[in-house]
Amino acid sequence: MNTQKPLAIEARNLTKSYGDNAVLKGVDIAVPEGTIYSLLGPNGAGKTTTVNILTTLIPASGGEAFVGGNHIVKQADEVRKLIGVTGQFAAVDGLLTGRENLHLMGRLHHLGKRETVRRTEELLERFDLLEAAKRAPSTYSGGMKRRLDIAMCLMGNPKVIFLDEPTTGLDPAGRRTVWAAIRELVKAGTTIFLTTQYLEEADELADKIAVLNGGTLVAEGTSEELKRLIPGGHIRLRVHQAGDVARTAQLLEASGSDADQLTVEVPSDGSVHSLRKILDTLDREAIEVDELTVHTPDLDDVFLALTGHAAEAA
Amino acid sequence: MSTLAYALTDTSTMLRRQIKHMQRYPSLTIMLIGMPVVFLLLFVFVFGGTLGDGLGGPTGGRDAYLAYVTPGILMMTLAGIVQGTAIGVAMDMTEGIIDRFRTMSIARVSVLTGHVLGSMIQSFLGIAVVLGVAAALGYRPEAGPLEWLGLVGVVALVSFGLIWLTVALGITAKSVETASNSPMFLMIMPFLGSAFVPTDSMPTVLRYFADYQPFTPWIEVTRSLLSGTAVDGQDLVLTIAWALAFAILGYAISRKKFNKR
Repeated sequence: MNTQKPLAIEARNLTKSYGDNAVLKGVDIAVPEGTIYSLLGPNGAGKTTTVNILTTLIPASGGEAFVGGNHIVKQADEVRKLIGVTGQFAAVDGLLTGRENLHLMGRLHHLGKRETVRRTEELLERFDLLEAAKRAPSTYSGGMKRRLDIAMCLMGNPKVIFLDEPTTGLDPAGRRTVWAAIRELVKAGTTIFLTTQYLEEADELADKIAVLNGGTLVAEGTSEELKRLIPGGHIRLRVHQAGDVARTAQLLEASGSDADQLTVEVPSDGSVHSLRKILDTLDREAIEVDELTVHTPDLDDVFLALTGHAAEAA
Repeated sequence: MSTLAYALTDTSTMLRRQIKHMQRYPSLTIMLIGMPVVFLLLFVFVFGGTLGDGLGGPTGGRDAYLAYVTPGILMMTLAGIVQGTAIGVAMDMTEGIIDRFRTMSIARVSVLTGHVLGSMIQSFLGIAVVLGVAAALGYRPEAGPLEWLGLVGVVALVSFGLIWLTVALGITAKSVETASNSPMFLMIMPFLGSAFVPTDSMPTVLRYFADYQPFTPWIEVTRSLLSGTAVDGQDLVLTIAWALAFAILGYAISRKKFNKR
């Protein structure tokens, strides 16, 4: 892999099996510093297993991985100094208050009293938890718990953050708060490893998306690159007069048309060249068009085509 | 800071966490300490009159039995406290927070030592309450300053052993429910020892077991210290040996299980 920036996370041929059950079958990952990498996949694809291995929670069965240049097994403690982890299930202490949870993290990071208090108040404010800070997380909503969880993982100022399905179960507002926080972290130079089932989330946030299915990466690239892998782009026209539908469809070699809706669908890769050709034809034939839209396949199409599962609606 | 300094800092952080837990959830501590108090009252008032006569001492009766049974109840208190230790450890292990601790650069053992120290505080609290109730019932120990110091040492040692053993039980348990049952046998052990009746009144096989099982030497040493009589050498050796064996066994199992997820 040729990147200008050094790699924050690197995995080579990572495997994990439980007995005969192979959960990961050779995964390669390369995440440059300061970028967001999203591992996208259905339930049971091996996303959490990958996170657990990279965060030193469980050993891999085979392969090697490095976080910040440190070997995840031989230099596990160095890795732990660099990372912050938010797992799928809120890892908060239910009997301590929100503020005490953050103080606990500060003390465990050996931040010192003043710095612990300062960061705690800063994070409570950033995650909109000031009012709830005096209460125990058992009284929090799912979104608040998740926000506290993420705030706790930021207490130690981690260089690399692992977020395992950080927005699963959150309402749209809660999801936006989490997204905004993630974007801000990247601005500050943090590297983020994100797993998600939501295409929208990967599309919104990630510099690079890897699709994991059945323990193997089935595709990898930017969301644009992934979309290009999949055929199915088309241009959709709505003509002004019902009488033009059939003629237009014939002239443009349409893949489909609908006389009632006055629409014609023309297969296209969405390039300027193909668009111009269509417009020229329409001009020449003096066909009046009310609306023209270019449809590139979205990640849902990609996901479906690559994994054979329909993605869960975001 | 050195590794040891970090381990101590992290342990004190985790201990603070345990103390907060006790404050937030006092009913558990109250129940753990209340149980031996109930046993004390039950044995002194219900059985005490008859059992006291059976001791064969010069006075007999309820007062004699109070003096006999209090050391036994004290050791039973330590066995009772650790029921809570197993629950606390199992709760930690089944909740997400433990994975958070595991991905942090902290002295790993501090998660457990926090529990150990927290339970030791509960143990001493329990001992104080039981001794207080016994005193209110008319119990007058004859221990001097040195004997009291010795008692503190025995309580610390025995609770340390019992706690590490139950930390291992808590960590090994697959659920909190299992963890709340598995240390129950420790509550039965004082009955099969010298807590409530002298072992020489037992049938031979049982007596042999009773004389060498951990609780009997613990109780006998405690009894000697509180009554101001000389401590039997063999009992003292057995006391220390059993407590250390429990602690080492518990620590070894806990450490292994904690690192392996």
